Amino acid sequence: MALAQADVLAGLKEIIEEVAGIPAATVEMDKNFTDDLDVDSLSMVEVVVAAEERFGVKIPDDSVTDLVTVGDAVNFIVNASK
Amino acid sequence: MTHRRVVVTGLGATTPLGGDVTSTWAGLLAGTSGVRSLTEDWAQTIPVTFAARVAVEPSEQMERVELRRLDRSEQFGLIASREAWKDAGSPEVDKERLGVVVASGIGGVTTLLEQYDILNSKGSRLVSPHTVPMLMPNGPAANIGLELQAQAGVHTPVSACASGAEAIGYAFDMIRNNRADIVVSGGVEAACHALPMAAFAAMKALSTRNDDPAGASRPYDLNRDGFVLGEGAGIVVLEEYEHAKARGARIYCEIAGQGLSSDGYHIAAPDPSGAGVQRAVKFALRDADLTTADIVHLNAHATSTPAGDVAEANALRAALGKDADHVAVSATKSMTGHLLGGAGAIESVFIVKTLQDRMAPPTINIENLDPAVTVDVVRDKPRPLPAGDIAALNDSFGFGGHNVVLVFKSI
Repeated sequence: MALAQADVLAGLKEIIEEVAGIPAATVEMDKNFTDDLDVDSLSMVEVVVAAEERFGVKIPDDSVTDLVTVGDAVNFIVNASK
Repeated sequence: MTHRRVVVTGLGATTPLGGDVTSTWAGLLAGTSGVRSLTEDWAQTIPVTFAARVAVEPSEQMERVELRRLDRSEQFGLIASREAWKDAGSPEVDKERLGVVVASGIGGVTTLLEQYDILNSKGSRLVSPHTVPMLMPNGPAANIGLELQAQAGVHTPVSACASGAEAIGYAFDMIRNNRADIVVSGGVEAACHALPMAAFAAMKALSTRNDDPAGASRPYDLNRDGFVLGEGAGIVVLEEYEHAKARGARIYCEIAGQGLSSDGYHIAAPDPSGAGVQRAVKFALRDADLTTADIVHLNAHATSTPAGDVAEANALRAALGKDADHVAVSATKSMTGHLLGGAGAIESVFIVKTLQDRMAPPTINIENLDPAVTVDVVRDKPRPLPAGDIAALNDSFGFGGHNVVLVFKSI
């Protein structure tokens, strides 16, 4: 069953706060991981691994480079859960 | 090129006696032991159940996210360097003239071991992407350099328990050789973990006085039975003298020389002839343009091992001759434990405070002074040092036969 977008966003907010210390309230769909949230490449690996564990999806390494914004990640995870 | 003098303008530390220099120094003068029983479950699986953990956990001094990206040794290094940099007055300096030299004996060994456990229990996918920057021995120096944006060079000499002193000597050379005007230097160690402790215990290097942790580190005592593992960091800000004067910096003292030598004798045992140590003292005094008559204090390596303490004391007596009679020798590892790659660095911090306060710290736990020890040991309580121009030595030795002697003098 596909995950709901709102649930995935809420989960990602928690992960990003845990991994990168970004307050959940500032993590929105249009935020850029690098430019807006200061999530560097190493921390992005942590976010991806935590998201895979939490949502039970696979995020292949060559897809990670396409996840520029939080919205990109949320949509990828929702689609992957279908 | 004119002769460039090097002075100390900032100090920082986190040690088993305190989370900063002030509390550490107060604990040292009061003769406090920083050694305690370990509370971790693993401690019961190894022959030694105590160590000298830092008095203030990094979690009380750093943000959570920063903590999880840094090895414990890197946490200690940043905590001490922040204090030292602030103590130096957060100097304005051309970043191309700012360097960092911070050493470690073993580097991020706890990260290496914890991630290996994760690899075995959960698989490679869950190995942290921060592992390599956390375990590399140059990690503490690199993180400090990054924070200060140092661009004159960031370095990490490794020479086991002489590493911290060697780092300060390297920093001293960078400034006098005109590669930098300010260098943040020192040493760190964070190796209180079952494997390093089991390994040192296997060498019979650690004290096994499990029923009396606070009495276990007892340099020069007849019944000493090995060193006590300590952890923490010591950082000194070194600065070119004219640069410090021009900005109105508070100058603690001068670092006037260093002597380096190697034993060529054994991978771990001290050379009983002490020839290598004597050479290092001779080179250091010559480098500082001082004589044995100028030295009033020495912070000894004295780790509390049966062989090491006497070999060192004999070597010092031979190197200093009759002038050893007026050298007040302090073995501060009796209180801090042995910080390995951090030892020479925190002991340099202690020498700077000693020259500032004109007060040599005590050596605790000497119930029966080993009669084979022929130097003048400061016992039980601090000893005042003379007024006027004075100089002091810090000696550090490392497995591998590395000998480092640093010379500090009042200014």
